Amino acid sequence: MTQKKNSFLKLPVLLLTTSLVLGLAACGSGNSNSNNGGSGGAGTPAGNTGVNAANNANTGTEANTTPKEPVELLNVSYDPTRELYVSFNAAFAKYWKKKTGQEVTIKQSHGGSGKQSLSVISGLKADVVTLALGYDIDAIAERGLINKDWKSKFQSNSAPYTSTIVFLVRKGNPKGIKDWNDLVKPDVEVITPNPATSGGARWNYLAAWGYAQKQDGGDETKTKEFMKQLFQNVPVLDSGARGSTTTFTERGIGDVLLAWENEAFLSQKELGDKFEIVYPSLSILAEPPVAIVDKVVDDRGTREVAEAYLKYLYTEEGQRIAADHFYRPINPDIAAQYKDKFKELELLQIDKDFGGWAEAQKKHFAEGGTFDEIYKPGSK
Amino acid sequence: MKGSRTRSVLPGFGLTMGITVFYLGIIVLIPLSCVILKTMELSWAEFWSTVTAPRVVASYRISLLTSLAAALVNVVFGLIVAWVLVRYNFPGRRFLDSLVDLPFALPTAVAGIALTAIYAPNGWIGQWLEPLGIKVAFTPLGITIALIFIGLPFIVRTVQPVLQDLDKEMEEAAAMLGAGRWRTVLRVVLPELTPALLTGFALAFARGIGEYGSVVFISGNMPMKTEIAPLLIMTRLESFELEQATAIAVVLLLISFAMLLLINYIQWRAGKRALAE
Amino acid sequence: MAGGIATSRPAHGAPTAERGRPTSESPAVKWLLITIAVIFLAAVVLLPLITVFVEGLKRGWNVYISAMTDPDAVSALKLTLLVAVIAVPLNTIFGIAASWLIAKFSFRGKNLLLTLIDLPFSVSPVIAGFMFLLLFGAQGYLGPWFDERGLQIVFAPPGIILATMFVTFPFVARELIPLMQAQGTQEEEAAATLGAKGFRIFWSVTLPNIKWALLYGLVLCNARAMGEFGAVSVVSGHIRGETNTLPLHVEILYNEYQFSASFAAASLLMLLALLTLGAKSLVEWKTAQRNQDLEG
Repeated sequence: MTQKKNSFLKLPVLLLTTSLVLGLAACGSGNSNSNNGGSGGAGTPAGNTGVNAANNANTGTEANTTPKEPVELLNVSYDPTRELYVSFNAAFAKYWKKKTGQEVTIKQSHGGSGKQSLSVISGLKADVVTLALGYDIDAIAERGLINKDWKSKFQSNSAPYTSTIVFLVRKGNPKGIKDWNDLVKPDVEVITPNPATSGGARWNYLAAWGYAQKQDGGDETKTKEFMKQLFQNVPVLDSGARGSTTTFTERGIGDVLLAWENEAFLSQKELGDKFEIVYPSLSILAEPPVAIVDKVVDDRGTREVAEAYLKYLYTEEGQRIAADHFYRPINPDIAAQYKDKFKELELLQIDKDFGGWAEAQKKHFAEGGTFDEIYKPGSK
Repeated sequence: MKGSRTRSVLPGFGLTMGITVFYLGIIVLIPLSCVILKTMELSWAEFWSTVTAPRVVASYRISLLTSLAAALVNVVFGLIVAWVLVRYNFPGRRFLDSLVDLPFALPTAVAGIALTAIYAPNGWIGQWLEPLGIKVAFTPLGITIALIFIGLPFIVRTVQPVLQDLDKEMEEAAAMLGAGRWRTVLRVVLPELTPALLTGFALAFARGIGEYGSVVFISGNMPMKTEIAPLLIMTRLESFELEQATAIAVVLLLISFAMLLLINYIQWRAGKRALAE
Repeated sequence: MAGGIATSRPAHGAPTAERGRPTSESPAVKWLLITIAVIFLAAVVLLPLITVFVEGLKRGWNVYISAMTDPDAVSALKLTLLVAVIAVPLNTIFGIAASWLIAKFSFRGKNLLLTLIDLPFSVSPVIAGFMFLLLFGAQGYLGPWFDERGLQIVFAPPGIILATMFVTFPFVARELIPLMQAQGTQEEEAAATLGAKGFRIFWSVTLPNIKWALLYGLVLCNARAMGEFGAVSVVSGHIRGETNTLPLHVEILYNEYQFSASFAAASLLMLLALLTLGAKSLVEWKTAQRNQDLEG
């Protein structure tokens, strides 16, 4: 009887295991990695052979002579860059095809910057990341997927375009909002995403903080009071930049939206002329950085095309596409062409004024940081 | 569980036990134990300070209170809906009956977006409530409405079959003994439904505590005011504070688990009583 | 949740018309209750449904149709269906096994087992997704092992399927357990005494008794599997045209200011849900008819 019971147990276990594993393997093999170098004789599985064409590039042979297999890149990015990369990917694919004869398809993934970074850390096979702030790339670098010196890989701290934080107000600016100190007036409702979950909102927060510091001559207690008042005027904290824009534009809530400059321009373009952009006296230089995920490109043998992809952002063509999507180009020539579009203003810098992202994150946004303090009970 | 099975000449104990335990292990227990393992990377003091931080406690309170309110509303109206669906025949009954399952089927994010569109100050219903000074979207009331939507089928679908199986003879007897209709319902029918109502209540409540997709759109996400615990978990995840995230989650899990254990105990007791009768 | 509606006891399966005064309410009360139920359901459930269709059609049929036929939408739909096709049958096998175990045998720890089966109902979807990251992610407990073998679990269909399986885990079992418990074991025992073997008993004795509840559980499980958002969002990686399910596609469109297209895609999901729920209604109607035949 016990014998029989055992066999009863074995059968389903076997069945389920095999079906599960088979199922998973079948689904998974589409994304299979190459065995580095192929020296590991641990049975190169049959399913892996077809995928490794890209591996040839890894061996260092000059590839320009022979027509190459089509290649795929995955660009993991944050929310507001959707439209930018739709245009840019098309332009790059054309350029790459002309230069090397190779077809390149760029797949996109968008989401909150922090969440995207967490996904890459957890194994999302991104060839390149283009995120909202350096902190999120540092977090990936810390796990060894990106070389620690990623910032010096490309020009200007690896930020091919910049942006800043501006105010979006309703047409005619009925509340007369001109600068940060107008935001703490009691009858003004401010919309910003949640700094804890949105990269853009962290730039907002730091810009406001920087302004208050300057006004108060560096007195931190006063600055915290200012921030407290500011966030008391915030009725909704959406989890992402797009969510806030929707709350402000579609739901009709709030008098002013703190937004990326590009996001503000875009919502003007997409949603009509019902809004105006106001530049405060002081804002922050937002540098959304890009990086190659070294571990992934080495595994997949896509370093060459990934590097070309990011470098292309710095070319005149790339810069022009960025500017057309309302990002400030860093190339002085292109910037000059678009100077009517982007107003000059005084900008704080994250490294200079806040001691870099690691420090800013710890001081303001980590558990128990200044953002938590604003919402301490009894703060009303 | 060795040697504890009694009676039954039926085959398949080993087989079904094997499948059940194996599948439960792979899909539920192993993944869940990861959450506990991750949390254990924190020291007890760190764990405690994480889960008792004011913002976290406030989020628990909001999650629990709104879930409780929503589950209570659902108990009352869900009972009425179930009663109407079982006891009365009227045109459109079948359609109403199918509507009840919709919240199970609708993606929570879609529900959230739709509810926000309805209840925002410029929405279909919101624009009528706004002049009356009633704010729904971006307040705890909005969260409660989303949770009512999510929890409704749990109550209706637990009460319905019991109500269907209820012996009418008892009601008839009570009526013949001279009890009024209202009294009969209160004294005879309601006690029979209580275990099912409790079960439905607990399932809806437990589901409400964990709900995320439909709530984030309508809640406004203000720390201390309208920030629900699952959102705070997401927040901690996104700032790479994984252990803190799982710590908050473990507390939620414990609350839900206790809740479910309680209802299964209630059902078990009700089952025993039924057997005794 | 518990018990197949209208299947448990044929005698009362069909809605009972008022038979005699003492056990029914006055017409006024009856219609008041019906009105309350209708208004409540309309406000809570029907209104969101209508909103989705109205918003989806706001920009006209062309936008609606093109949103439906967009390649990204089509690939999202395909993935959604694939997920359902794998997750639902596995959960069904489990559901049948678990309910047979719980209904036909008595053993220690049954309450605990029941509670564990319910547990996924109450685990926050965010956590449900995140635990699979903890397990199969590159920094996770098993992730590196799979990675070495070139198997991608999370940010690929397997992870999405696993997360969906977790979320829809209890549906079939939850439907079957109360019903099979109510039915007891006599019929099966009789069959066993007559010498019938295990699967034979199941096929010819148990299955006919539970088939409607089973179908109902399947329908709900399927509807939930296609609609799951939170858990899938964590493990999907959001790669356009590759790992986006339909609910994620809805969110993406919404975030791209394509509100109409977003609601159009959402209405596609609703249609799928309504279709399955319609199938369920048909099932119920047939059962009710059969019961009436039995009574008549």
